[in-house]
Amino acid sequence: MAEPEKDSIRLVNEPLDAGAAVAAVSCAEAGGIDLFVGTTRAESDPQDGGRGALLRLDYEAYPEMALAQMEKLVQRARERWPIARAVVWHRTGAVAVGEASVVIAVSCPHRAEAFESCRFLIDELKKAIPIWKKEVYEGEARWQGESAGG
Amino acid sequence: MRVHVRLFAVMAQDAGTGRVDLDLSRGAGVASVREELQRRFPKLRWPRGTMWAVNQEYAASEQEPLKEGDEVAIIPPVSGG
Repeated sequence: MAEPEKDSIRLVNEPLDAGAAVAAVSCAEAGGIDLFVGTTRAESDPQDGGRGALLRLDYEAYPEMALAQMEKLVQRARERWPIARAVVWHRTGAVAVGEASVVIAVSCPHRAEAFESCRFLIDELKKAIPIWKKEVYEGEARWQGESAGG
Repeated sequence: MRVHVRLFAVMAQDAGTGRVDLDLSRGAGVASVREELQRRFPKLRWPRGTMWAVNQEYAASEQEPLKEGDEVAIIPPVSGG
């Protein structure tokens, strides 16, 4: 049964606090809490000379649709697993290397449900939520998927 | 009829704007939006896998007729997470 007031679904323009996400899903019904933190990886592609090291990612969202679709995603997860509470937080704006871009936390009665539903949420979020990242390197910046020099 | 178009990421960069209002003939579908955008913004690239949303729901078909005041978003492949 969907109980949206137990969830926290946000786009956030400041650093994400994974500890706060765990606290937000903690409750008496939970026997297990699963936390996923997606972070910006320092990356330098040796085959793409000249652009230098990755400095940060700039995230842009279609905010109204992203939030609505994130709510629906949690509803879909609830149809499959007995989720007590869920957190889905995604950054917007500039995210430095090493910082979290996404935090997902779920609490469930048992651990298997928590693991599976948390994985479902991050996998589906990456497929369909209208959020885009621009990779900002020392030498250039480009939207992911944008062809080099295009 | 007038529809409100939203562009994001590489497509907003190419168009130089994230919002454009288009006047289309009644019953036009999203295919007409694409034609009109490409006419207005010749530099607009259309990445493979680009999808549509009408009033913040993914659209099933390019033939779906639009209504006055609809918000039509062009969704290039997403890369959140």
